[in-house]
Amino acid sequence: MLLTVVDYGVGNLRSIAKSIEKANSESKLNYSVRVSSNVKDIKNSDKIVLPGQGSFKACKNGINNIEGLLEELNESVLTKKKPIYGICAGMQLFATKGFEEEETPGLNWISGEVIKLDLGSTNFKIPHMGWNELKIENDSKVFKDIINKNHAYFIHSYEFIPKDNKNVSITTNYGKDVIAAVSFENIFGSQFHPEKSQSTGIKILTNFLNL
Amino acid sequence: MLKNRIIPCLDVKNGRVVKGINFVDLKDAGDPVEQASIYSNGGADEICFLDITASNENRDTIIDVVNKTAEKCFVPLTVGGGVRTIDDIRNLLLAGADKVSINTAAVKDINFVKQASKKFGTQCMVIAVDAKKVSDGKWEIFTHGGREKTGIDAIEFSKKAEANGAGEILLTSMDKDGTKSGYDLDLLKIITKSVNIPVIASGGAGTLNHLYEAIKTGGASAVLAASIFHYGEFTIKDTKEYLKSKNIPVRL
Repeated sequence: MLLTVVDYGVGNLRSIAKSIEKANSESKLNYSVRVSSNVKDIKNSDKIVLPGQGSFKACKNGINNIEGLLEELNESVLTKKKPIYGICAGMQLFATKGFEEEETPGLNWISGEVIKLDLGSTNFKIPHMGWNELKIENDSKVFKDIINKNHAYFIHSYEFIPKDNKNVSITTNYGKDVIAAVSFENIFGSQFHPEKSQSTGIKILTNFLNL
Repeated sequence: MLKNRIIPCLDVKNGRVVKGINFVDLKDAGDPVEQASIYSNGGADEICFLDITASNENRDTIIDVVNKTAEKCFVPLTVGGGVRTIDDIRNLLLAGADKVSINTAAVKDINFVKQASKKFGTQCMVIAVDAKKVSDGKWEIFTHGGREKTGIDAIEFSKKAEANGAGEILLTSMDKDGTKSGYDLDLLKIITKSVNIPVIASGGAGTLNHLYEAIKTGGASAVLAASIFHYGEFTIKDTKEYLKSKNIPVRL
């Protein structure tokens, strides 16, 4: 079984790969984890992880800049229904569009928009940075072992708000309920970083591998 | 609810921990990877490495340390010390650091912060502000590990750092650093009120109450400390239990 962490020029990919390898070895699964920008690797993968760092626009440009990547991601995820997990801005890319820097079309896999965190008060610093508690909103195969008040590590200034509330798996409270994780068919993602969230993160990655 | 973060900081020189934990069961007290693992397993919310390697030829040792730490520790890792170029940042992030802390290079040229944050995102840009009190209500920035005076106002500089893409400020009081007499609360208060990004308090922690004051009175989002953890005076767990008993939100 092959899992590819998509390398499109952003993000700290090494710790993502290492955390998936840890989940893989702890559960005695047989994935090989590859960090790659090669479209062929994604084509041959059973599962995909889409990381993301920096702005929505920069991430989308990063994908557009690799020839054939956007088409292969669409093919793998929408046609072949391969499970994909998006992390942070990688999850935000699932949206219809984002507004960081300027209005930019997303992958449009989960209907919704990515907007600046609107906390309505200056008592809350932005970015939302650090460990926050999770609140389960809707059941999801990938987030099934997570319970209310488990902690995860967040670092973001923008928020993906799906059109359909049913796609929201987890929220976290920061001045309001902030979307923390989404699920839709074979598409999963979190605003928080599973690779930085110790045992909670490893659990989620294990569930993803076990799909 | 977002938790206040407790961040142990390790000074690393030529790939070895200089001031570190003195635990008896430690196989190799100088190994930064082992120390980072102990902190990470003990509940540290982030780990910070400060590279104090003097010579340029040994600078790659920190990359190796970060590489190995990323294999074992699944908590955020910040690396500071000698970060001067876009390539320095890229190399550290690729090795597995989540954030880089920039001091001298940011003071020299704020455009460097702007460029780097555009390239790598504000989330990985920690600007280290080393401040020294010059008169009542006035603090100035020092660089080169606190040796060089710049004449730049600490409050103005912090605002400028935020405007140019800093995701966080690591605020060290040069007056308090190493004294164990508590953080400079006046400095903390004024900086945390002046910017809307998180501020990490550093310099002066000697007791657990000092950490409490930095968060409660100073408004710090996180507290960084070295010696109170390294010499085994307090564990991360002791610290968090103490803070929790005083109604500070912590991750336990």
